[in-house]
Amino acid sequence: MRLAVAALALLGWLAGCGQRPSVEQTPGDAGRFQRELQEKLLDAKPGEIIEIPAGRHLLDRSLSLRVSGVTIRGAGMNATVLSFKGQRVGAEGLLVNASDFTLENLAIEDTRGDAVKINEGERITLRGLRIEWTGGPSTRNGAYGLYPVRTRNVLIEDCLVIGASDAGIYVGQSADIVVRRNRAHQNVAGIEIENSRRADVYENDVTLNTGGILVFNMPNLPQRGEGTRVYRNRIYANNTANFGAKGTPVASVPAGSGVVINSNDSVEIFDNELRDNATAHIIISSYFSTGYMTNEGVAKDFDPYPEAIHIHGNRFSGGGDSPDGLDLKTLKLAMFGLGGRFPAVLWDGYRDPKKLQGGKLPPELALCVRDAGPVLNADGPGKYRNPSLTREGFDCTLAALRAVELER
Amino acid sequence: MSGRSLQGPRSLQRPRALAGLTALSAVLALAAFLAGCTPQEAQPVFHAERNPATLADWQVLQIRAGVLGPTKGVIPYELNTPLFSDYAHKLRTVWLPAGTRAGYGADGALQLPVGSILSKTFYYPRRDAGNGAGASQGALQATAAAIGVLAGGRLALDQVQLIETRLLVRRAQGWQAVSYVWDDSQRHARLQRVGEIIPLELEGVGKFDYVVPDINQCAACHATDVERATLAPIGLKARHLDRDHDYGGKVGQKNQLVHLEQLGLLEAAAPAASASDGWTRAASWNDESASLDSRARAYLDINCGHCHNRQGPADTSGLALDAAETSPIALGVCKSPVAAGRGTGNKKFDIVPGHPDESIMVYRMASQDPGEMMPELGRSLVHREGLELIRRWIAEWPGAPGCAQEASNSARQSASSARLSRSQG
Repeated sequence: MRLAVAALALLGWLAGCGQRPSVEQTPGDAGRFQRELQEKLLDAKPGEIIEIPAGRHLLDRSLSLRVSGVTIRGAGMNATVLSFKGQRVGAEGLLVNASDFTLENLAIEDTRGDAVKINEGERITLRGLRIEWTGGPSTRNGAYGLYPVRTRNVLIEDCLVIGASDAGIYVGQSADIVVRRNRAHQNVAGIEIENSRRADVYENDVTLNTGGILVFNMPNLPQRGEGTRVYRNRIYANNTANFGAKGTPVASVPAGSGVVINSNDSVEIFDNELRDNATAHIIISSYFSTGYMTNEGVAKDFDPYPEAIHIHGNRFSGGGDSPDGLDLKTLKLAMFGLGGRFPAVLWDGYRDPKKLQGGKLPPELALCVRDAGPVLNADGPGKYRNPSLTREGFDCTLAALRAVELER
Repeated sequence: MSGRSLQGPRSLQRPRALAGLTALSAVLALAAFLAGCTPQEAQPVFHAERNPATLADWQVLQIRAGVLGPTKGVIPYELNTPLFSDYAHKLRTVWLPAGTRAGYGADGALQLPVGSILSKTFYYPRRDAGNGAGASQGALQATAAAIGVLAGGRLALDQVQLIETRLLVRRAQGWQAVSYVWDDSQRHARLQRVGEIIPLELEGVGKFDYVVPDINQCAACHATDVERATLAPIGLKARHLDRDHDYGGKVGQKNQLVHLEQLGLLEAAAPAASASDGWTRAASWNDESASLDSRARAYLDINCGHCHNRQGPADTSGLALDAAETSPIALGVCKSPVAAGRGTGNKKFDIVPGHPDESIMVYRMASQDPGEMMPELGRSLVHREGLELIRRWIAEWPGAPGCAQEASNSARQSASSARLSRSQG
C-alpha cells in the first residue's frame, strides 16, 4: 500500500517530464530525480512554484537556483525528504543566488557541507523546514543548516534544525531579519546572527546546543553588525560539548552558554526564559576573548568591544553550576565554591579605553543589565587577576530597539 | 609584514612595434593565416537563442582524419597558469564574428562582442596513446606532458581521450555557459545541462569522479561579481594570455596577444601597465625560473580569484586571492576564517607564515571532502604539485614566522588569554 502511494506520488511528479514511473529509490539511483529537479531549477521562471512530492529522495550532488521569484515547496518537513547522505559533489545541499525566494515544507538531511546557502538576494523566506544531520552531533556534520549571507529582508520561521557542526541557523552579513518560532537543537550554535543589521530573534525553542543564540561581529568583513533583539525565546540546557572544528568562531563558545554577545553593538535581550545553561545564561564578550585576536590578522578599524547592550526582564533558573573549560571551572571554584554557581550574566570586562568618560562608557554605549542580579566581571584586561561580582554601572536603561518590519 | 605580495605591476615586456602595423601588413598576415584553409571549410555558427543538441552544431571544432581541431577563423589559446581540473588538459579556442574585434576592459580583461564563442575541451592523454583511435576509456595519464598535441590547437585522437567541451557564448543578454559531453567513440559530444559524474581512472592517481558541471555550477565560477550575477570569461585576460603559442604553419611560435592583434581580432594598444587598470603578466605556476611569489600568486589567482575577490561569491569570507589583491589580511595572513565550518581542519588562521601545516589554505587544498575542500567545485582530486607550490610559498614566507596571538599594540588593550572562551588546546 505504501509503495502504491509512493508510486502515485512519483507519477504525479514525473507527469510533466515524460519519464517512466518508478518505485522507491535506492542508493545509486540518485540520478533521475536529481536530474529532473535540477532541470526544473535551471528552467524556472519568476513566479514559478516547484513542488516536490512526499517521499525520500536521494541526491548525490548540490542543487542550485539562480532565478529570482521561485518557490520550492514540499509536502511537509517529515513528508518530503531530500537526503544527501551519499553526496559526492558540492559544498551545499541547495545553493541559491536569487531574490524573492521561498523554500518551505520539506526536509534536507545529511549534506556534506551547508544544507541551504543563499548568497546575495532580497526577500528570502525559509519556512517549515527540517534540516538535520541524522547521526546526531558530530564534527563531521556540515557547518550551517540555514545560511543566508549578504541578503536583505529575510524571514526564517517554523523550522527545525538539528546537528549543524557550526550554526543551525546562521544569518551573516545581512540586514532586516526575522528569525521566529524555530527549533534549534543539538547544534554547536543554535542560532547565530553575525555582522548583520536589524535582526529580531523571537519565540524560538533553543536547547541542547553548545551555545543557544549568538550575536557576533567578526573582523575583516565589509559590514559590521548592530541592532539585534533577542526576545520571548526559550533557551535552555544548551550544554552539549562543543563539537565545532577549531578555528571557527563558534569553537570559542563554552558549552553551557545561553546567549553570547561578541563584539556586537545595540543588542537588546529581554523576556526570554533562560534555564539550566551550565556555564552562563548570558555572556557579554569582546573579540579579545575569542582567542583569535592578532596584530597581523585583524583590520585596524575593527571595533572588538560590545556596546549599547540592554538586558532586561528575562527569567533565569538553574545553570552556571558547571562551566566549560579549565579557566572557567577554576574561576567558578575560586569565587563560588564547589556547590556554587555563576550569576546569570558574565562579562569579560573589556571596554574601549578611548570611549571611557570618568571611567564609564557614555550612557548611549553602556552595558545595561537589569533583573539579573549582579554581573560577573571576569577582568580580562587585568589578566583575570581580579574578577568581581558587581552591579555598578549596569543599572541603566537604553532606548528600546525598533521592531524589524519586513512588510509581508 | 610580508612585502612579497605587494608588487606593483611590472612594465609591459612585449613587442611594441605592432601599434604601427600598416593595413598592408595586416592583410598579409591574414593572408598567411588563411593560406591553409580550403574554401569549403566549416566555420562557426552562432546560436543566438538556444543551445543546440550537439557540439557539432556550433562548428567551432571539427574532426578530420583522426585529428580534432579548430574550424575556420577559430583561434586556439592557452594560459600562463591554468585552473586545475583533476589533471585534465584543455584545448581552448576563441572565435569572434566576422568584422569584429575585442578590446581591453578593466583588469586587462578582453571584451568580446556579441556573437563570440569560447570553447574549452577537457581531455586526458591515454596510457595506450598510439594504439589506435576509438579505444574505450581505460586508464588515463595524469601528466603535464603535451601528448597528442599538434600545432595549431589540434589533438591526435588516438592519443587522447576527450571528456567534455564547455562553451561560453556571448549572447545579447550576456555570457552563457553550456557543456557538451563526448561519447566513448570520440565522435559526438552531446548537450548536458544538468551535469554528470563520469567515473575515470588516472594512472598513479587512481579512480575518481570527474564532474561535468550543471549550467548553474558554471555560473558558480564564472559569475565573478556575485551581486551582478552575470557571467564572464575568467582566463581571457591579458595577464593570462601574454605568452607564446605554437600556431603551426607559417605563423609558428608567436605571442598570443600579438597574434590576435595581427589578425585584427584585438585592439592594438594594450592599456598602460598602471596600478589602476593595467595588468602584470601572470607567471606560469610551474616555471622554476619565475619567483616563488609570482608563481604562487598566479596559481591562487586562476584557481581561487574568480570567487575570492572583493566582488566575488566568496567576498563573504573576507579572503581575496585575485592578482590585484595587496592587503595581507585579505590574502589570509593570520586571518581567522568567517564561515569555514569544519573546513578549518582545526586550524585557526588562513595562512600562518612559515607554517604551511598550520594554515587553513593548505588544509582545504589538500582535502577531497566536498564539505571542506577548496575550490568547492571543479576538482575531485588533490593537485599535489599545486599544493606543494603553496606549501613552499607559505613555508618560505619572509619575516618572522607564526602569528603573534594576543594583540598588544598600544592602541588596544592587551589580552593575556582567552579566559572566557573554552580551551582551544
